[in-house]
Amino acid sequence: MNKHPIALAGTILFLFAVAGVGLVALVHHQTVDRIVANEREALLRELTALVPADTIDNDIISDALTVSAPERLGSKETLVYLGRKEGKAVAAVFTTVVPNGYSGPIKLLVAVLADGTLGGVRVVSHKETPGLGDKVEERKSDWIHSFDGKSLENPLLAKWGVKKDGGIFDQFTGATITPRSIVNAVKNTLLYFRDQGASLFHSPGA
Amino acid sequence: MATSSYGRLIKEGLWSNNQALVALLGLCPLLAVTNTAVNGLGLGLATLVVLTLSNATISIIRNWVRPEVRLPVFVLIIASFVTAVELSMMAWFYELYRILGIFIPLIVTNCTIIGRAEAFASKNPLGRSLVDGLAMGLGFTLVLTALGAMREIIGLGTLFSQADLMFGEVAAGLYMSLGEDFKGMLLAILPPGAFIGLGFMIALKNLIDKQLSRARKAVAVATTHPAPAAGGTA
Repeated sequence: MNKHPIALAGTILFLFAVAGVGLVALVHHQTVDRIVANEREALLRELTALVPADTIDNDIISDALTVSAPERLGSKETLVYLGRKEGKAVAAVFTTVVPNGYSGPIKLLVAVLADGTLGGVRVVSHKETPGLGDKVEERKSDWIHSFDGKSLENPLLAKWGVKKDGGIFDQFTGATITPRSIVNAVKNTLLYFRDQGASLFHSPGA
Repeated sequence: MATSSYGRLIKEGLWSNNQALVALLGLCPLLAVTNTAVNGLGLGLATLVVLTLSNATISIIRNWVRPEVRLPVFVLIIASFVTAVELSMMAWFYELYRILGIFIPLIVTNCTIIGRAEAFASKNPLGRSLVDGLAMGLGFTLVLTALGAMREIIGLGTLFSQADLMFGEVAAGLYMSLGEDFKGMLLAILPPGAFIGLGFMIALKNLIDKQLSRARKAVAVATTHPAPAAGGTA
């Protein structure tokens, strides 16, 4: 047996690898349904915060499509969730990415109602400075609600900026780049919706 | 005898060989996630579970594993447990998992765990390894929670915010706030705050140790000094 210590060591290592994979596979099998349900529930909670559940009757998570408009929506592929009631368009929720945050991309959910007004905006993930740029989180301040009900007519396009740039949106003390980039991304999402919004809902829906 | 040696293991884990304050291991999670008490507690408990499971397993198999493949086998065992814990957190503490995110898989790289596996569990029987894992994990958890609480109070003016993510709605009552007016000291939340906070905790521990040993010396002097005097009069 001691003639082949390498083979023996290899066998032991192999057996432990099998046992380790077995353990992970077992736990995965036990938890996978719960994890999928959790992710779905969390996403649904985020979406229905922007598009109230009673205004739509379709399965908004499944009724999604991918569009590509990097210059407007910030990433190569953007997932859009479509909310409908009795087959009619109610809202489109864009997973817009802000490419030029202060420290890396910021992921947003931008809900645009069928008439072109904003149902609301939420920051899904970001790496902005805690205490300065992170006021864009709903948990930290009300700033993100300043988008509610806004559209390309209200305010006019020229006013879509932070106050420092002559717009109507507040910047934060010590952090202008974060709000400026988010305002810009939301504006671009609205522009995309103005140009392409109608075609989104022509896709086969629920 | 056996109970006193278990007692020593617990004392070492919690205090005299505390992995965070004395060994200074596992600093990456220690410094990164301790911006609130709940985050610290969450990661601490996950580490505790992994450390206890890996210590126990490694102790059981310690006589079967050849020394050449010892470390790969340890890493494999630890990585398997960490993945299992991560999946379980995703299933049962999803919101907390979303906050701790990347730091859960990074438990694999926490030197405390492989350190205890190599230095202790691979040389000791199951019972002692289990107690060692629990004690070391608990010591780490306490430091993480204390540092998190300290930074949360100073930086945000709250304590146990989001406790409900971990313990359900009941724990929401734990939440405390210094009031809306307290804006907090930003530094405490930022990474430098973690280093400074840890520095103060280590200093405090050393101070307490010094006081204790001085007190012990004083007692020793007090008990030995009268003895010769008593002998002299006799």
